[in-house]
Amino acid sequence: MDHGPSTSWGKDRASGYKTRLGLRMFAIYAVVYAAFVIVNAVRPEWMATRVGQLNLATAYGFGLIIFALILALIYNGLSGRAEAQYAAMFEDEITSAEDEE
Amino acid sequence: MNYQTSTWAIAIFLFFIGLVLWIAFYFARRTRTAQGYFAAGGRIHWSVNGIAFAGDYLSAASFLGICGLIATAGYDGFLYSIGYLAGWIVALFVVAEPMKRLGRYTFTDALDARFNSRAIQLTAAISTLVVSLFYLIPQMVGAGVLITPLFGLPHYVGVILVGTTVIIIVATAGMTSTTYVQFLKGGLLIVFSLILTVSVLTRGLSTSPDHGGEVPYHQFVTIPYQERDDGTLVLENSDYSVPADWKTSPYYGRADGTLHFVKLTRGDETSVWRINPERGVLEETQTVMTLPDGTKLYNGAPASQGKFYAVGHMSEIIMDGKSVERTGDLDPTAFLGVILDSTVVTWGSEKITDGDAKVTIYYQKPVAGSDLLRPGLKFKVGKSGWDNLNFISLMLALFLGTAALPHILIRYYTVPSPAAARKSTIVAIAAIGFFYVLTLFMGLGAMTGGVLDLTDSNMAAPLLAKSFGVFLFACISAIAFATVLGTVSGLIVAASGAVAHDLADRFLGLKLTDWRKVLAGKLAAVVVGVIAMVLGIIYQGMNVSYLVGWAFAVAASANLPAIVMLLFWRRTTAQGVAAAIVMGIISSVGLILLSPEMYRELYGLDPHLAIVPIDSPAVFSVPLGFLTLIVVSLLTQRKQTAG
Repeated sequence: MDHGPSTSWGKDRASGYKTRLGLRMFAIYAVVYAAFVIVNAVRPEWMATRVGQLNLATAYGFGLIIFALILALIYNGLSGRAEAQYAAMFEDEITSAEDEE
Repeated sequence: MNYQTSTWAIAIFLFFIGLVLWIAFYFARRTRTAQGYFAAGGRIHWSVNGIAFAGDYLSAASFLGICGLIATAGYDGFLYSIGYLAGWIVALFVVAEPMKRLGRYTFTDALDARFNSRAIQLTAAISTLVVSLFYLIPQMVGAGVLITPLFGLPHYVGVILVGTTVIIIVATAGMTSTTYVQFLKGGLLIVFSLILTVSVLTRGLSTSPDHGGEVPYHQFVTIPYQERDDGTLVLENSDYSVPADWKTSPYYGRADGTLHFVKLTRGDETSVWRINPERGVLEETQTVMTLPDGTKLYNGAPASQGKFYAVGHMSEIIMDGKSVERTGDLDPTAFLGVILDSTVVTWGSEKITDGDAKVTIYYQKPVAGSDLLRPGLKFKVGKSGWDNLNFISLMLALFLGTAALPHILIRYYTVPSPAAARKSTIVAIAAIGFFYVLTLFMGLGAMTGGVLDLTDSNMAAPLLAKSFGVFLFACISAIAFATVLGTVSGLIVAASGAVAHDLADRFLGLKLTDWRKVLAGKLAAVVVGVIAMVLGIIYQGMNVSYLVGWAFAVAASANLPAIVMLLFWRRTTAQGVAAAIVMGIISSVGLILLSPEMYRELYGLDPHLAIVPIDSPAVFSVPLGFLTLIVVSLLTQRKQTAG
């Protein structure tokens, strides 16, 4: 078949972990985003509530943008660590197999 | 408004075009293979790809459209920024790494990785072409809109200039040159938007914004009046005369009694005033009159006479509990805090017919800052169920559409690994999120800075830049043009991949050799580019910004169910994927064609007659896409088992 990855790379043994992690983080953000959308739609007057110098509308809006970046950085950190751990485990397995031979 | 051609703008624009073409020819010699042409050889560094993502994504709709929308509708414009950014969460957590693992050149590859199905190849390629075309048309029209005021050239010249440049970029080095053009444009856009935002905050807010003392702000005046029992209107200023039939004239306005105007005469001049019975005054308005021969008069005179004023000011500024005329420099939160406590003059419009002429009257609408910075000026939220559902549907389309846009998805094939795909998405989130925060300050800066052209809100950001000097204006204008160039390049690469790789090579089974596939891609890029130019010229003058909304809705409805279910539901079948794509396209486009916005914009009919009560279809069409995939997959499995 004439498809498949455009480049080759090592086996990604952490892909299962990253998928589960990604889905959990997606669910967290989706809940926070859905709450924002629903409040804007159904109770827009709540968005006028003052939060320091800002109001809830701008604070929540900026918060969603910043929250996205924070989650993304956490996801990258945990994914990178998992990739390194799986890579180290796999290297150990190879080393053990070579020793046995 | 009367725009004057800037030599600086032309010089910087030409320099940028030259730089872009140099990049294209520089990378052309490296592009020999299909992998090089469609996926930049998979060798782009994740940090470069991340900024290039921003370049792809921050189209004319984002830069010009959102700034303009915030400048006219306040917080409701910023909601687009939030929705567009939130969409990247879906891209990062759900599709980034799997798309990289499964695909090769196009998103069809990823969908088809498990099946090798001709139905998927055909439907996914059609979906790519439909979404790309909806996205392309407003970009090309935007190119013409920009070129006319900035360089004094006709609309079609802008379209041809962008089309030709993009064809050269794409046909020479494909995804490699496109990536570096996007990188350059994305980076410059963010840097200059930051400069513009800092300039806005440093200047602060004023009740008579005068561009730093350079341009006196036109003070819109009022005339106290009394309406006598005999129906005559008596003005305090006797220079003006009132026609006897003022109450039966077409200017008097709405039958519902909410908005009335009167046409006054002073010497040879006529002017239109809004009657404000609450304050007992007539308020100065601005008018654009279109005569039967197409001639336009701005406040009763040709545009060249400069009688149509730039607008945007605060009628009252409250700072630290005191009323002031000027704030001085402000930090970002203080800037928003002062606006929240103060009153901003926004502008409404009313269309009437005066004999054979059509007149648009622009009138002042002071709005409390606390109302401006909460939802409600554009979206009629919190009132009826359908209006609320329309808003929810739009925000759903923005959230789900991003991760299903073909020209965004193909960028995952330009990096060397799934980890690099993930990291480039995070760079994109940081860059795009930062830009979208800046849009609020640029939009509000334009709204209060005395720079707005009432006839074209898309020019808010460039005109705001102009108020800080010609150099910044020239840079922002060149970048705005590059914004169109970059996005169109990405779209044409996606479309050319769909034609050459998905349709010609795989669906039709032409078994192209590597270099023939590159040749087919280049030919497809030229053809798609020419089609885009023709459409850009045909659609001149039409407000086609809603087509970007179509693109998001179709992508969310047709592509996302297929991508998500393929990744997370093992029983997904090829027939299910193909059926979901077809259903997503038909349902989303069909619902849009029957929506109130289409009745108003496209058919010129009363929007209340629309069969579908909401403009954004995602809330119906996305679940329909998922449902179709599930039902068809289950049915086709039963057939396979029985067989």
